[in-house]
Amino acid sequence: MSEFDHVPPPVASGALRADARAAPELTDGEWHRLHPLTPLFRGGLFLVVIAGLVIANLRDRLVFLFLPWLDEDIDVEIDGEEFRSGDPIDFIIANNLYLVAGLVLLGILLVLIGLFYLSWRFHTFRITGDDVEVRSGVLFRTHRRAPLDRVQGVNLTRPMFARLVGMAKLEVVGAGLDSNVKLEYLSTANAEAVRADILRLASGSRVVAAARADSATLHSTEGANAPGVSRRSAAASVVSAGLTGLISGAEEPVSEPESVVHIPIGRLVASRLLSTSTLWLIAIVVAIIVGSIAGTPWVLFTLIPALIGFGAYWVRTITRSLRYSIAPTSSGGAREQPGGLGRSPSTIRITFGLFTTITEILPPGRVHAVEISQSILWRPAGWWEITVNRLSGRGLADGTNDQFTTVLPVGTRADVERVLRLLLPGLPENEWPLVFEHGILGPKPEDPYTNTPRRARLLRPLSWKRNGFLLLPDALLMRRGAIWRKLAIFPLARLQSIGIEQGPLDRALSVASIRAHTITGRVNGRLAILDRDAALGVFEDAEAAAVTAASSDHSHRWADEDPEASPDAVSVSVENPTAAVPVDGPEQRP
Amino acid sequence: MTNSPEETTPSRLTTTDAVDASTGEPPVEPDVLDRDTYDAIREPRSSGRLPLGDGTWHQLARQYVWVQLISTGVLALIVLAAVLLVTFLSHQWWAWIPGGVFLGILAWTMIITPRQARAYGYQLRRDDLVFRRGILWQRVVAVPYGRMQLIDITHGPLDRGFGIAQLKLVTAAASTGVVIPGLKQEAAELLRDTLVDVAEERRTGL
Repeated sequence: MSEFDHVPPPVASGALRADARAAPELTDGEWHRLHPLTPLFRGGLFLVVIAGLVIANLRDRLVFLFLPWLDEDIDVEIDGEEFRSGDPIDFIIANNLYLVAGLVLLGILLVLIGLFYLSWRFHTFRITGDDVEVRSGVLFRTHRRAPLDRVQGVNLTRPMFARLVGMAKLEVVGAGLDSNVKLEYLSTANAEAVRADILRLASGSRVVAAARADSATLHSTEGANAPGVSRRSAAASVVSAGLTGLISGAEEPVSEPESVVHIPIGRLVASRLLSTSTLWLIAIVVAIIVGSIAGTPWVLFTLIPALIGFGAYWVRTITRSLRYSIAPTSSGGAREQPGGLGRSPSTIRITFGLFTTITEILPPGRVHAVEISQSILWRPAGWWEITVNRLSGRGLADGTNDQFTTVLPVGTRADVERVLRLLLPGLPENEWPLVFEHGILGPKPEDPYTNTPRRARLLRPLSWKRNGFLLLPDALLMRRGAIWRKLAIFPLARLQSIGIEQGPLDRALSVASIRAHTITGRVNGRLAILDRDAALGVFEDAEAAAVTAASSDHSHRWADEDPEASPDAVSVSVENPTAAVPVDGPEQRP
Repeated sequence: MTNSPEETTPSRLTTTDAVDASTGEPPVEPDVLDRDTYDAIREPRSSGRLPLGDGTWHQLARQYVWVQLISTGVLALIVLAAVLLVTFLSHQWWAWIPGGVFLGILAWTMIITPRQARAYGYQLRRDDLVFRRGILWQRVVAVPYGRMQLIDITHGPLDRGFGIAQLKLVTAAASTGVVIPGLKQEAAELLRDTLVDVAEERRTGL
């Protein structure tokens, strides 16, 4: 564990004291800085762009420099006219200004380094018992604060280059569009520790909090003993941490739990090849061949970019899903409570990606909808995919949203069963057959689902026997599709609202559609063509059950056994001083 | 709650009503919500329709229809003027094709506006707000009070002239889409304050 982030920044005033419940190390409620190499990675793209511009502009000259036998078409004649036409390198060479040019370059470099250093120095973060805060910017200061009880998950991203030097990005997923708090970059070990601490604080586990407070006091006295050593030892530890990171490659995260699902590479590749995009590729190839026969054979050459494009797409999707693992963890604090594992649900850890490895931690109760789907191409092999609706805290335009919705890229029925048990720990044992036997594979004899009535079968000609719903005490199941089989599960404690719709055609057949409203995602909550009375019934029942489920749900502080200590109590006590001002105001007026 | 000084204003529900709601009583609705509104929900005639159920439905203020008619009418006049201008100045008779289609749609909108306005309704139940709209395409949505994230009131200049406002109810789900147009302004404010109080009472996680 390195010490480099511990230097208190000058911008952090002494008034910002550690919270009583805070953890030691980076989560002690004080302001800390990010890894000193951060600007290199954050500014990396910028430098690459600059280098690219320079190389593009000096291409001829570089060719001449390194490959002098190619210089026929490079005009090296230098005369007075050439200077004014503006090639600065010629000017420098002609006037012997090497020293000045070198100094200018050095100056620019120093200014850049200084700017990077300043931006690093002013980029600080703080983790207290209630929030994660990040301050950044030199001239335009930004200050972002995310309340811990709204944390939707913590993602640890390790891009390939950062991984080589043992660094990682930490992203605290907030509840909103573009509401993530990013800590870029931390050393991998620090990132793991910070993540565990954030989850522990967010879980509201008070057993841990007390233990942490003790060690925090111990730690602070320890730190106060050696103020003079800090600079040198910090520098030394940076180097040593970087070296260890290089040697160990930071490949192993701290105590990675055993995955409950293993995806063989063969299955992964086959499943990606058997996807809808393949059908598109075949269609395109057929169209091109037909075109080349009917028209000119030159059309055949358009095959090459199409194949390259699809190949790149496959490689990308496959590498993204490689090294997949999903496992329950106890970083939510459940481990620390005696016998607590059975009662408080654990967090889920999902890791994937070959080059850029992403590790997501999903606290319980953050999954708003789950869908198990199987395309007709996968049916002979018996493979399924699981997608979820969850808050990713990113902007709508962010293209990386997609990878956070797939929880299981491909799996057999047994895999699906294991993953679902992790995702929906609250479902009682006797309800699982309704999900697996009847929901995923159904319909079977004695179907418990309420399906499309026979009179409306023309509106669902293939799937009318399968198109139906089932309301369980804590979940709403929607079964759809005969060719593309799907089962959507909506935990009622996460259901935002429910709607029922009817168009003129529906009315003529006395049917209606119900729609479960959850946060935006790939799982669609609409189930059409149901008997009107059945739809009205489930509309009322699901609404009532959702209200009950929501009121008894306290998964925003999932390890907190005592509802009295829920964050509402905390936030009220925090807000009271400010609230007291307007209350007192009118009374003090004469 | 933190906004206690406002509780002394006479026009608003006291918090005790909202508290009562959690003990089983529905929030008390004073007749502010029903002042100068329609008094019967317009329904489709077919027996296969979505029924009204029990409970009282609050409806939109009658001024809402006038606001809609005026704004649509002004738009129609502008389109008409543009089409006339094109035909008489440059003798382009084809301008009547898109213009006519557009005017037809606007006229149809104006004809069905009064019917549509009567189909809007909302109910304050014990645990949730139920909202309905539409005759040809019926839509009913139930939103638990604890799920409301924020409540938005907007009113344009024409709305202000007629003293009405539009109330939008936002949950974490974008698809909830509950927008009650054409409430009297005092009704909208009362409803907002009540809903905010009750939502605060029952706040849960997302």
